[in-house]
Formats: sequence, C-alpha cells, structure tokens
Amino acid sequence: MNIIVLVKQVPDTDKVKIDPESGTMVREGFEAVMNTFDLHALELALRIKEMVGGSVRVISMGPPNTEDILREALALGADRATLVSDRIFAGSDTLATSLVLKRAIERYEFDLILAGEKATDGETGQVGPEVGAMMNLPVITYVSKLLDIKKDSLIVERSVEDGLEEWEVRLPALLTVSRSVSEPRFPTLSGKKRALKMDIETLGFSDLGLKADQVGLRGSPTRVVKVFNVSVTRKADMYEGKRVSEGIDRVVEILRRFSR
Amino acid sequence: MILILGNKVERSVLELIGKAINLSEKSGMKVGVFLIGGRELENAERLLDYGVDQVFVVSDERLERFVSDVYLRVSERIIKDMDPEIILSPADTFGRSLMPMIAAKLETGLTADCTELDFDEKGNFLQTRPAIGGNIMATIVIPYHKPKMATVRPRTFNIAKEIGRKKGAKLEFLKIPDEYFESNVRLLSFKEKRDEVNIQEADVIVAAGKGLRRKENMEIVRELAGLVGGAVGASRAIVDAKWISHDHQVGLSGKTVKPKVYIAAGISGAVQHIAGMQTSEMIIAINKDKFAPIFKVADIGIVADAKSTLEEIIRRLRSR
Repeated sequence: MNIIVLVKQVPDTDKVKIDPESGTMVREGFEAVMNTFDLHALELALRIKEMVGGSVRVISMGPPNTEDILREALALGADRATLVSDRIFAGSDTLATSLVLKRAIERYEFDLILAGEKATDGETGQVGPEVGAMMNLPVITYVSKLLDIKKDSLIVERSVEDGLEEWEVRLPALLTVSRSVSEPRFPTLSGKKRALKMDIETLGFSDLGLKADQVGLRGSPTRVVKVFNVSVTRKADMYEGKRVSEGIDRVVEILRRFSR
Repeated sequence: MILILGNKVERSVLELIGKAINLSEKSGMKVGVFLIGGRELENAERLLDYGVDQVFVVSDERLERFVSDVYLRVSERIIKDMDPEIILSPADTFGRSLMPMIAAKLETGLTADCTELDFDEKGNFLQTRPAIGGNIMATIVIPYHKPKMATVRPRTFNIAKEIGRKKGAKLEFLKIPDEYFESNVRLLSFKEKRDEVNIQEADVIVAAGKGLRRKENMEIVRELAGLVGGAVGASRAIVDAKWISHDHQVGLSGKTVKPKVYIAAGISGAVQHIAGMQTSEMIIAINKDKFAPIFKVADIGIVADAKSTLEEIIRRLRSR
C-alpha cells in the first residue's frame, strides 16, 4: 500500500515559556518539532507498510527548515519525503494550504493519506478534512484504531463524544488520526545515518500549476485583523500548612453544589 | 441568513441559536437552522420555540452516524440552495469534520473554535478565537467570501431563550433523492460510551498528574469525579505513563476544556497543559510544591500531597 503522511512543523510546546510580564508565549528560540499527532499518523503508516508492504512518503508545507522534521520521518522509516516550500506560500490559511497540499499530493500515486487530527499550534484540525474534500476522497476523522486491512478497504475505529464507531472505508481515502492510533517508535542510529544521505524532493510554486491569487495571503479567505492578550493570571487563595484543612473545606463547599 | 448547522437537537445548537438571534438583531439577517442526522431529528419542531425563522431537517435512518461523504454531499447541496451569509456549527467532532469539508467545496473561509462572534460598525463579521497558549486571542474576518464559516466552542454562549414562535416561522423536512446516499464508507458497528463523562462537556473535571505517584491512585481521582458527576482529566505525563487513555488528556496535545470547576491534582502546570484549561471558570490546584506554575492560574491553591488531599475531600463530601 502506498501511503502519504501529511506532517507539520510546530513549536515544541513542552519547552516554551510564558513571559511573566505580558502573559504571552516566548516565541524566540523556539525549538521546532514534528506535530505530535502527525508523528502518530506516521507510525501508523509505517506499521501498515510493515504488515502489507508498499511505501511511505511524508509531505510537509513550510519554510526551508521544515527539512528537519522530514529527515526525522525518514530516520523513522519513511521512504520518501517532499518539502513544499515557497515564499509566496507565506500567510496561507487552511484553505490555501489545503489547495497547495492537494496539488503536491496529486503528483504521486497513493492508496491512503494520513494526517494528525490537528496541529498543536494552530489547533484548527481543518487541513486534513479540507484536503480530503478537495480531492473527493472518503474521509474518516478522529480515527482511534486500525482494526483490519482488506484488499481495497480499511476497517477503522473512530472515537467521538458519545461512543466508538467502526467504519469500513474504501481506498483511496484520507484519515485523520488521534494519538491513540499508535505508539511512535524512536529513531535508530542507523536510521538517522541513512536519512542524512536521502534526497528530499522540493516543490515550489511553479511546480504546482496554481495561480498567484490562489496561495499565500491572497489565496486565503480569512484575515487576522487583530491580535490581543488576555491576562488570565489569577491570584490564588493559598492554603498551606495548618490552613490546608480550611482550604479543603472551601473546596468541599464548592463541590457540594455538584455532588449527587 | 445566519445558518446553524448541527446533527442533534442539543445544548450546543441551542447555544448557537442564542448567539445567532443576538447577531440577527444587529444585522437584520434571518436565523435558520439546518439539522442533518438520524430519525431522532423528527423532534426538531421544538426549535421553532426559540425564535428562529426557519428550521430545515434531513432526517434519515441511514444518517444515524456521521457518514462523511453523504453528509457532505447533502449539506453542500442544501447550503447552495439556501445561500446563507454565515454558517455556524459546534466545534465538536461533527462540526470540526463537516465544516472544513464544506468550506473546501465552497472555497470559502472557516475559523475554528471561536469564543466570540460580533459585527463591527461597518458590518464586518468578527470571529475571535484563542491562539496558541489560550491567552492570545485573534480576531479574524472573511472579507470577500461567502458564506463566512465558523465553528464555535461548546459552552461558550448561553442557551437561547424560549421566546416563542416567530410569525411565519417554518419547519421543513427535506426529501433527499436516493442517489445522494451512495457512499464509500460503511458503518459496521457503534458502541456507546456509557459510564464516562466527556471531558469537554463536564461541569467538573478532576485532573491528575504525576504528583499522584502511582497508577493505583487514579481510583481516588475517579471516585471523586464520580461523586460530583464530573470527568477525569489527565496531564500528558500520566497519559504517556499509560495510567489513563489519551481521551482524558488536557492540553495542547490533548483537549481544551472549560468546565465550571477544574481540579488539578498533582499537576505542576507545564505550559502545554495550562493552555488547555486556563479558561475554566474556577481552578483549584493541589500540589506539594508551592512554587509549581499551576498555582499562577489557580483561584484556590492547596499546598499538600495530592492523594491525601483528594481522599480528605471525598471523606468530607460523603459525611454531610
């Protein structure tokens, strides 16, 4: 099975700090990592390949240093990587991004596209379903488990608010996955060495047959008009030492309103 | 028209109706509701009591669950017919799946997870959402495209008031031709999650972190959550340690929550966790380390061992 995994470079949210003055995230010196949900999607792709054969290609749209996460994917076992990068793409919203990714994907043969349920930075979760709809593919979102691989379909579990659904989806298809879908492996030294020697295919604006007004800010229906801080720093009533019991009483009083 | 897209007659839809009626007073736009789903939607008539202009329903036993391609085909067709200015949908697994697919088909803009909607004096539709970290807000407009689409975080707006039926308000059950039901996805089974309270809908969340020390102590967390009809939340650390499943994780790599009361027990408060819970109405933090960052976002801080504090809370709750 030929699988394409869409991956995104995001700031490492485990390492970011909050500026105590402004209450905003300190973005300088951000270490960039692969979006954790995409890492789980990649792991699922690698496991499918190990079970039934085929290949795994990772595709990412982003600035040139996105190459780092693509190398990471290659080190983990992906066979090929494509970086979609061009200055003109800057400022693309989810619609413009999805269109660019669609055009990149269409250059390759595939049976399955996988993406994380959302990215940990923008948190929109829109690009996966948008790409699927643009390409007229069947889409299953919030996939929590792969249950079976059939000749031209997959059986997957989908986790939603009120329960677990089991779907059979005909291939080719696009799935967005939650973290429970797989437990990512760690890269090996030999994998890392191999990845360093592998080529990363790079696609720019001129490779995709799009018009300038379809990408970047011009191709994006949404515009950010204002960004502002809301301070949510609260002043906690602290209960320590002998006063802990008093604090517990307050909590109990609050919870009584909800107790059954 | 401001159109609300939903799959159930439920709280999140009523919240959107409340906001849409408020927006319609500012803009003069009509308020419509379009529901697509299973047979239970036959009870949709009661939505007319909330003062909307029109309710359109596609109710079919083949649509009990989210059959993505059929839902998309039907919604796209009906939205094209209705030609709304604005479409709103809950930011749950339904809205967050269907809305992007519709936006892609209609080639228009969609803002995810809004927490405020308004018009400015020029009539621009302002959609405000939390950006990374939750303490930065971004206001977004869709100047040149129609419909302007937004998903809205459940529990953000108040439920609409039952102001009674508007004159001329109508309910319509739409007939969908059979060819629309051809699908590349097939539902094989559905298992209801019975005992668990969904953390994004809970009034109270009791969240646990590494400070509880042992997986067995999760029972205490579950007990307290059960006592108050709440849900169990978790830090990334204990999910990674497999004390509890991913579904319970709060934070940037988990879920964003806004309960009435959030109890963080033994959670130190990494940025990635705080970003997912800091807008909760009341935050109670329990941690042995009085310098733990979680206390900076708390309303009540208890500097003590998480396990014994939870046990004491349970004991006092039980002995009323």
